[in-house]
Amino acid sequence: MMGKVMTMAQAIGRFVPDGCSVLMGAALESLIPFAAGHEIIRQRRRNLTLIGPISDILFDQLIGAGCASRVIAAWVGNVSAGLAHNYRRAAEANTPHRLDIEDHSNFTLSLALLAGALGAPFIPTKTLLGTDLLPGSQSFQLSSEPDTGAPLVHVQAITPDVAILQVQRSDREGNAHCWGNLGVSEEGGLASRGVIIVAEEVVSREMILSDPNRVLLPSAKVVAVVHEPWGAHPSPVQGFYGRDHGFYEQYHLASRAKEGFEQWLKEWVLDVEDRTGYLARLPKDRLNQLKPSQRRLAAPVDYGY
Amino acid sequence: MNQKLTYTMQEVMVAVAARQIRDGELVFVGMRLPLLAFAVAKRMHAPRAVGLFECGLMRDEPAPELLYTMSDPPNIAGAIWSTRMINLMGMLQQGAVQLGMIGGAEVDRFGNVNTSYIGSRQRPTVKLPGSGGAADIASLAGRFLIIMQHERRRFKERVDYITSPGFGEGGDWRRHVGLPGGGPAAIITTLGTLSFDPETKEAILASHHPGVTPDEVCRQTGWPLRVSPAVHETAPPTDEELAIIRHYDPKGFWTRP
Repeated sequence: MMGKVMTMAQAIGRFVPDGCSVLMGAALESLIPFAAGHEIIRQRRRNLTLIGPISDILFDQLIGAGCASRVIAAWVGNVSAGLAHNYRRAAEANTPHRLDIEDHSNFTLSLALLAGALGAPFIPTKTLLGTDLLPGSQSFQLSSEPDTGAPLVHVQAITPDVAILQVQRSDREGNAHCWGNLGVSEEGGLASRGVIIVAEEVVSREMILSDPNRVLLPSAKVVAVVHEPWGAHPSPVQGFYGRDHGFYEQYHLASRAKEGFEQWLKEWVLDVEDRTGYLARLPKDRLNQLKPSQRRLAAPVDYGY
Repeated sequence: MNQKLTYTMQEVMVAVAARQIRDGELVFVGMRLPLLAFAVAKRMHAPRAVGLFECGLMRDEPAPELLYTMSDPPNIAGAIWSTRMINLMGMLQQGAVQLGMIGGAEVDRFGNVNTSYIGSRQRPTVKLPGSGGAADIASLAGRFLIIMQHERRRFKERVDYITSPGFGEGGDWRRHVGLPGGGPAAIITTLGTLSFDPETKEAILASHHPGVTPDEVCRQTGWPLRVSPAVHETAPPTDEELAIIRHYDPKGFWTRP
């Protein structure tokens, strides 16, 4: 039996093939698996369907690098700096190539993943009625309440091929502890056919089982465990590092023109062998500045019986 | 500007938005200026207001330092609930959230907001980021505020695309299409505050910010903007409000133009 612990290059090579659908950025602005996204770019994946609520700048990078042919998302941009330039170039000018966009809201994307997690074909809601997200969309069907005839939207289930979830710690089987806002991590992982766990720390099974309520999802879903410290940089991981706001601003300026983005991509992704190489390019002391200045430990809980 | 102001229009907008938050309300807080408006309201007149952040957080105290995003570590530490997004969206759909705040790139006469496509959907001249949670807030919150830059090209007779529904075509459009939320309560802009006619649901100029005339607001609006008979100058931010805003945003990241 092969173990699940592997390098990022192995995990992406085995479980993120060309043409697959991949959920990333499930927690929203935190825990974004940038290291995984960069490895996808280095391995030159093509025709991916990117799924995620907002993604911050990760989807913009994958789109600019030519990895994606379809995006299913509520928002693609740069949360603290503004618009996503590669997303714009793809939607407005088919650069680097055509991109199909399936527009969701955050609520409908979470309902679609929840439907996937529940094994249900769709979930009804009242959000988005009257909006231009509905006409012509494959994601939604207009319906009505059986008793009153009141309008409803049926949100079709989404079942990604693979979810890539960044967490604080995991054991070697993928029993993972994750804390902070979860976004759609739980239902997104459960809806997916397989999950790649990217962990800041790989810890013992005993440590994880000491607090089963904090386990994100069943390890039976997990196909790979990648130990990748700082794997979410420049996004934050609670208890490990804060958000590198300046990095988002620099990306925003660099990616404004296509040539600037290509230079950025070469410097931070293509000319870098792996995450260690990426981290070495950050200014000296940057990582230290992002570490928490104080610890805030939760009180232990007692599972005694 | 006919006078030297000691505050920015963004600070006026934060103060005006904060005053719309009532004590004890559950508030869906969006990105950027609303992050500050929630902090001001909590410190001033709404100490029992509770903030919901769609990434999966609920807070009854503003985060102790400036937030660039709602998932920043200071917003998680000390939260009263850290959970999944769908739990907060579920509360919104239940009708438990009285107020939400959203931004916008374009808005129209009936408070419909576009943050998706300028031009056609097939070949947009500008692809904007999309809804995020804004369309959900606009669909489901008891009432919501639209906070945005006031420019003629952004204030259109009809938006190119409705991302977040306001009052649609006016009148009882929301009831007709089945939206449960109450719709927009105000558009808070860099020039003034617009409220909505209770019958026609058309946006009306309610107040103009200090240093701005009603005529200027009308000129920067792409439809013949009705001016309320009771139009007045927006009460400027008080020293106390400004002190709170600058405490939470000391370098003016969100509040310098």
